[in-house]
Amino acid sequence: MTDRSPDPMKTDATSVVTTNPWRQLSEYTDARIGLGRAGGSLPTAPHLAFQLAHAQARDAVHLPLDTEQMMEALESRFESVVRLHSRAGDRGEYLRRPDLGRQLNERSLEQLESMNVEQCDVSIAVVDGLSARAIHEHAATLLDHLVPEFEARGWSVGPVSLVEQGRVAIGDPVGEALGARMGLVLIGERPGLSSPDSLGVYFTWGPTPGRCDSERNCISNVRPRGQSFDAAAKLILYLLDEASRREVSGVELKDDSEVDSELGDGSQGNFLLPKDQASTPE
Amino acid sequence: MSGYYHDVGSKRYRFESLKTLMACATPERSGDQLAGIAAPDSETRAAAQLALAEVPLSRFLEEMLVPYEDDEITRLIIDGHDPAAFARVAHLSVGEFRNYLLSHEVDSEVLAALSPGLTPEMVAAVAKIMRLQDLVLVGRKCRVVTAFRNTIGLEGRLSTRLQPNHPTDHPTGIAASILDGLLYGNGDAVIGINPATDNTGAVVTLLKMLDDIIHHYEIPAQSCVLTHVTTAIEAIKRGAPTDLVFQSIAGTQGANQGFGIDLALLQEGQDAALSLGRGTVGNNVMYFETGQGSALSAGAHHDVDQQTLEARAYAVARRFNPLLVNTVVGFIGPEYLFNGKQIMRAGLEDHLCGKLLGVPMGCDVCYTNHAEADQDDMDVLLTLLGAAGCNYVMGIPGSDDIMLNYQTTSFHDALYVREVLGLRAAPEFETWLETMAITDRHGRIIVDQSLPAPFAHALTRAH
Repeated sequence: MTDRSPDPMKTDATSVVTTNPWRQLSEYTDARIGLGRAGGSLPTAPHLAFQLAHAQARDAVHLPLDTEQMMEALESRFESVVRLHSRAGDRGEYLRRPDLGRQLNERSLEQLESMNVEQCDVSIAVVDGLSARAIHEHAATLLDHLVPEFEARGWSVGPVSLVEQGRVAIGDPVGEALGARMGLVLIGERPGLSSPDSLGVYFTWGPTPGRCDSERNCISNVRPRGQSFDAAAKLILYLLDEASRREVSGVELKDDSEVDSELGDGSQGNFLLPKDQASTPE
Repeated sequence: MSGYYHDVGSKRYRFESLKTLMACATPERSGDQLAGIAAPDSETRAAAQLALAEVPLSRFLEEMLVPYEDDEITRLIIDGHDPAAFARVAHLSVGEFRNYLLSHEVDSEVLAALSPGLTPEMVAAVAKIMRLQDLVLVGRKCRVVTAFRNTIGLEGRLSTRLQPNHPTDHPTGIAASILDGLLYGNGDAVIGINPATDNTGAVVTLLKMLDDIIHHYEIPAQSCVLTHVTTAIEAIKRGAPTDLVFQSIAGTQGANQGFGIDLALLQEGQDAALSLGRGTVGNNVMYFETGQGSALSAGAHHDVDQQTLEARAYAVARRFNPLLVNTVVGFIGPEYLFNGKQIMRAGLEDHLCGKLLGVPMGCDVCYTNHAEADQDDMDVLLTLLGAAGCNYVMGIPGSDDIMLNYQTTSFHDALYVREVLGLRAAPEFETWLETMAITDRHGRIIVDQSLPAPFAHALTRAH
């Protein structure tokens, strides 16, 4: 290998920035690769682009859930929809008091009780979480992938809840009040710089307050540029089918489904390895 | 002794137990406020710190903050305590211990010998009465060196975890981030992926992919897929080429239950990794992540403050001789560390406490978009951690983790802190970077339009 030094002649205003030829790979990933460098540091353009993205993500956290639009979307799909609220009064309290975001307020509890649902197979809670945008843009689409499959299995779906200022565990009191065997929570994940619209799905067998995180399964990053609706729905159905058989969720319910993802056998598209040197799958 | 107190003028501040005193003496943070155990005001906090400074270190061996009978971590701490190592500081109070640590006579050798005699509660206590400069200065004196395919934690070195996460584990996306990181001189701590799912088959595939890349380019570094320890064990059973076994850990038995683990399971994980014998220069095979607030988040905090519980997680870590341990300091969110100021302090506390206990501490210098923090805060923490001799930080393209949706340090950030503080990569990796013509003899990146040949070839395959 040669010890190459930077060309001392390249010090005019345009060339103090070293660009990266692998920048073109960014068509395959949203990761901020090939940003180039000024010395060893981030050049001005990608530095300021980052600042803009951060400002947008900060704003996304505070975007309120459009309950009217969401109620309409849910009511057009389900017989029974109920609008609920956690014990966190507003976004400020929600951010500082996760405990309140995990509980339903009195009125919501009464609402659920008054519905007189003794039991159902699946309870569905659609929760704003940290990104109302994820709910606005993706919750209904994902449900369209799931619900026909639930029906095909003969599962009863309880009243669908739309919950404001909720955390993941809010699905526990919801599921308990509806006597659900399985609880599903669709929640807006915290916005990333490149993904202000990421939807998370959490599954809990026998939802009841006090369940811990290791008793849940999570499917993350559901959005058009992340985990596709198809792939997410397949995985959720796999988990629910397995759970129905084994009556557990979480760590004990390993995801051993046949890999059916963009990962494939890991060699497709892995340009770092020559074709013949990549491992063959077992 | 029942209760602790300190008089301020005519006012007597009383603290009914050691855990109350510890909580009240903790510099302000949202997680302790959320737990309802923080000092109600600033004077109470200062009085608690004065009272804590008077507490003999030996008191921490008598009054348990988390009951011995109820918690296997407390039993690990107490049963594993080394009285001979403790002897040289056994007569000191917390306040005297701070002076001792700052003194010129105490160097890295003394601290290494002392480490088995210290408990997490002792080091958490002294950290509470330290300023940031104390946390940096004493942290810098500690040296915890570990090895697998390279050597991490040597003086004057700062390593990075290359974190090529992709939301769908797309091989091209992952490979692109690995290429980016290597050509920016990152990846000596580990090339470590957070997978999109816990699917065992996917984990096995990712492990093979990383192993093949490391072998093809002869990179003196190790790989890890950060999945649950049970998944890692299953992957090893299926023959996956596993360098390091990862697990998130916490400082109470209950919080670890929340993660679906206990000490016996971690032992199983370590045994499985050791059975493969894949290390070339060392055999530290575990990788742990921690973070203040995890016990409260699991409702298993026993009304103990989060900084002390975090230090107890390092007692778990040191039991398994890990290669890497890092606090993911700003990841868990503003309900535990509200803003940049709280994140900075916590990062430096965690680094010091881990190092004093003999744990090879790194730090994920990071924040989320719902915290009151920004890049400037991370620059301050990164620079201070570099000065404090932190073993490693994260490296990710442009600070943006597109899988976990948070911001951590970038490949460029590592170059910045290495340049400003004269730090270098792990020696074996540094040699590789020079051989590949990625860096010059001074550790500066020299990659320009014409890439080092193996990577230039790789890039042609991408199209």
